[in-house]
Amino acid sequence: MTVSRFRTILYLVAAIVALAGLADATYLSVQAFTGETLSCGGSPDCFRVLGSSYSKVGGIPVALVGALAYFSVFSLATFAAFGYARARILLIPIIVAMFLATLWFLYVQAFVLHAYCRYCLFSAALTFLLAGLVIAVPSSQER
Amino acid sequence: MKRHLPFVTAGVVALTALAGPLLCQTMRPSRVTIPGDQAASAKRPAESVHIRGNSNATVTLEEFGDFECPSCKNLATFLDQMVKEYHPRVRLIFRNFPLPMHQHARDAALAAEAAGLQGHYWEMHDMLYREQPVWSSSNDVRTLFISYAETLGLDLHQFKSDMESDKVRGHIEFDQARAKSLGVETAPSLFVGKREMDANDRNPEGVRRLVDEAVKAKSSASEKK
Repeated sequence: MTVSRFRTILYLVAAIVALAGLADATYLSVQAFTGETLSCGGSPDCFRVLGSSYSKVGGIPVALVGALAYFSVFSLATFAAFGYARARILLIPIIVAMFLATLWFLYVQAFVLHAYCRYCLFSAALTFLLAGLVIAVPSSQER
Repeated sequence: MKRHLPFVTAGVVALTALAGPLLCQTMRPSRVTIPGDQAASAKRPAESVHIRGNSNATVTLEEFGDFECPSCKNLATFLDQMVKEYHPRVRLIFRNFPLPMHQHARDAALAAEAAGLQGHYWEMHDMLYREQPVWSSSNDVRTLFISYAETLGLDLHQFKSDMESDKVRGHIEFDQARAKSLGVETAPSLFVGKREMDANDRNPEGVRRLVDEAVKAKSSASEKK
């Protein structure tokens, strides 16, 4: 397998992972906007996390920010898979920001709220996976 | 064509992500308010009112719940905290609203009402919610409910007989009729005083805000007197 092909596959995998993250974050955004954090997969802990003040920044649900971030990653990874070099460059800072945000939210859940939201943990796992995929992409001298 | 494919893919995904939530929003049931002559304190022959907290509290939370519904479990846990926190100003009334889509919800409501006849309604209520993941996936819920009754120290013979009784069924039918009269369509539904929990209030902050408003309104009304 050539390096170029391997890179394309990694970006396609990253796009699929981001799509899963987008679905997760969109679901949480809908819950936040409709106020229906009660459903939350039947978990009181989830209810506590999504109902906390940490779930919003300046009145904007963090899930919505997450959905936008995942959508950006999905789009950029798709473009990168099709050979757009600029998309590859833009992808890295977004994933780094998502990684840092994920660490913060894990800290909040573990040490502040003492409750875990399964959708948030799923999102954290996807972000870690995305970070791993981006690290695994071989460097290139592209157009 | 290949050049345009990433744009098309991103566009389709963006549209899908936007269309889903909008569709959910349009399918939302509308909000209702309890008419003045239907306050929660009414007591009729078939009615079995289960009150948590101070029975003479000035603010009444009337919850329509389904024991098999995960959201109801979350709300029940939260409302329990609220009643303790706002004691003695707030009381909670629980109404059975078993959803047809939940296979064992009606049996659970029967079990709670049967326990209620022996004075242990809230203990069974709490146990049913706590054990919800266990019994909701079981093929033999009756046996589990009987085991819960045993744990609560109930008279098992009486409990089994009450679960089959018209009296207990009548209690549930009364609650359902009340739900219908108020336009309740889903569980959980919550009325704080006469005001229904709005779609935007279906979270801890929203419920707390409604309760705060109701408590303040009652306090200022009693001060004026």
